Amino acid sequence: MKHPSYETRDLTVGYDHTPLIRDICLSLERGEILALIGPNGAGKTTILKSITRQLAPLGGSVWLDGKDLSAVSGGALAKTMAVVLTERVRGELMTCEDVVATGRYPYTGRFGLLSEADRRKVREAMELVHIDALADRDFAQISDGQRQRVLLARALAQEPELLVLDEPTSYLDVRYKMEFLSVVQRLARERGLSVVMSLHEVELAQRIADRVACVKGDRLERFGTPEEIFVPGYLASLYDLTEGSFDPCTGTLELEAPPGEPRVFVLCGAGTGAQLLRRLQRRGVPFAAGILWENDLDYPVARALGAEVVSVKPFTAIETTDLQRAKALIDRCDRFVSTLPEGEMTGWAAPLRELVRFAGEAGKNSDGL
Amino acid sequence: MKHTRYLLVAALLVALLLAFLALNICIGSVNVPLSDCLAILTGRDRDSTFADIVLRLRLPRALAALLLGGALALAGYLLQTFFHNPIAGPFILGISSGAKLVVALVMVFSLGIGSYLTSFGMIAAAFVGAMLSMGFVLLMAHLVDRMSILVVSGVMIGYICSALTDFVVVFADEADYVNLHNWSKGSFSGISWGNVAVMAVVVLASLWAVFLLSKPISAFQMGEAYARSVGVNLPLFRAALGVLSSILAACVTAFAGPVSFVGIAVPHLVRQLLRSAKPLVLIPACFLGGGVFCLFCDLLARMLFAPVELSISTVTAVFGAPVVIWILIRRRQGRD
Repeated sequence: MKHPSYETRDLTVGYDHTPLIRDICLSLERGEILALIGPNGAGKTTILKSITRQLAPLGGSVWLDGKDLSAVSGGALAKTMAVVLTERVRGELMTCEDVVATGRYPYTGRFGLLSEADRRKVREAMELVHIDALADRDFAQISDGQRQRVLLARALAQEPELLVLDEPTSYLDVRYKMEFLSVVQRLARERGLSVVMSLHEVELAQRIADRVACVKGDRLERFGTPEEIFVPGYLASLYDLTEGSFDPCTGTLELEAPPGEPRVFVLCGAGTGAQLLRRLQRRGVPFAAGILWENDLDYPVARALGAEVVSVKPFTAIETTDLQRAKALIDRCDRFVSTLPEGEMTGWAAPLRELVRFAGEAGKNSDGL
Repeated sequence: MKHTRYLLVAALLVALLLAFLALNICIGSVNVPLSDCLAILTGRDRDSTFADIVLRLRLPRALAALLLGGALALAGYLLQTFFHNPIAGPFILGISSGAKLVVALVMVFSLGIGSYLTSFGMIAAAFVGAMLSMGFVLLMAHLVDRMSILVVSGVMIGYICSALTDFVVVFADEADYVNLHNWSKGSFSGISWGNVAVMAVVVLASLWAVFLLSKPISAFQMGEAYARSVGVNLPLFRAALGVLSSILAACVTAFAGPVSFVGIAVPHLVRQLLRSAKPLVLIPACFLGGGVFCLFCDLLARMLFAPVELSISTVTAVFGAPVVIWILIRRRQGRD
């Protein structure tokens, strides 16, 4: 029987003999990325600490390529597994190259002197994450994003088969987040590196992870592919999301809909309305929206933020009943706004012209807000 | 480029070491010309008054200053590594004072029953005291995670131990009082060749042990979790750091009493000179630097107000304390 490259069997983790999370079973193939997600304080870091042996597991075992890791010495383990932890690294009076070179620790001799081969590996690791230009820069003087990549290079200099990253994207701005995760993804794909990381950003986990483990309180709630995890409603329950929503399809987060009766009716579609709908939410104006096809770009936003939405199934025509429902809503609202140019209301969208006319006759038509 | 810097600093330290060694041997209440010194040291002159002064008094004292200075700087370096803090040191954390107290107690007791302590006995007593203080500091470190509180509690334990030592010394026999008093204030005077031999064995063996630890130290300064992740046995490593720094501090205290600020100032100055954090170069450089610093300070202690001798701590504090202030200011700026 073929075993997965990396696997935890009934792992129980916790502090001071008190189990926190029991029976964790995770598995990962070579070159795959596993993301741990879950609310703050749910135990993501505890699990990572246990699988990296920072913390003694209270039960179960961790296997890498068919070997029980508890039987592997610390030095040998460091050749197969490298970590980037949240621990602050001072690195005073060290160049970035010095920091990366500390990754050769498991391979160097008694005094840690680098051989020519070691130096080459250090160079290679720095090139892999595109920080070769930083080699002689003072580690204490570089930006957070650069620092995180230097630490990644250090981990790569260890030539691991498994890379463990604890919230590597925290404190990074959007650009550095994307850069960092792109590098990680490329390493997994091209070098066959297995990656286990905890992530705060669920939308990033959905995009980068091959497998997702959801940790909540005292248990591993779910473990599976992103397709299995990111189903409607699940994330809201994982994070106890009561204010706001997460759309598993687009991976976007929306805040809570303003409460109350709709006061504005927004006729939108094809992505023309999303910004306006969010502006209404920010101003606390409850609104209705329609008529939207359920595969429209504006639909998830309208669903998340609108008091009421008139929608029709994808690839079907607007029925008279839909028009009547929309008109009834326009009647209840004080104002009507359309973000769709009338010239584009053709084909299946042609019936929408009737709503514009109806609103005009009722004197609710306004050009903007 | 880096290596040139290392070599330059090494050359500078060795040159300074030789220069101060020569000065310490030549200068004093009686000045011995350098040519005579060389004659004495090479064995061509063994019987003159000069030879007596140099061989019996000045040379052992200078070698003691060198070895003990190096030991202090190393102890400081180890403690700074241990606590991840540049202002940790054997004196400021109260480890020297703890050693002093136990040595004073044992000395007064053994004098009372009419026997003298051997050099190793003194070191053993000092080691017990150093470990007691170290234990207290570790307990505090466990209770509070603020370094400032740790340092303040170290200073307090230092004061308590010093007060108790003074108490013990005052009640010693009059004949022993002067010696004990000088020792308890810190001084390199009255060192015999036998003392030098013992301290050389202890200090050089410790230096070698510290040198062997340079690789795990380099991982440890990147963070404790990281050190563990590359296979450093942390409990064992920490114990080694604690025991070695205590042995070094104990050795200094046993022979020269408490010597302040060398442990903080020298590693810092050496780091700035080398612009490096590599233990492999810092360890020998700290040792040499400590030797130079103490030779320099002992020279001043002897000569500044001759024939009155200053206690060594008075001089080291004048040069060492400003360095501590400098470190604190730099750290503050670094944070802003």
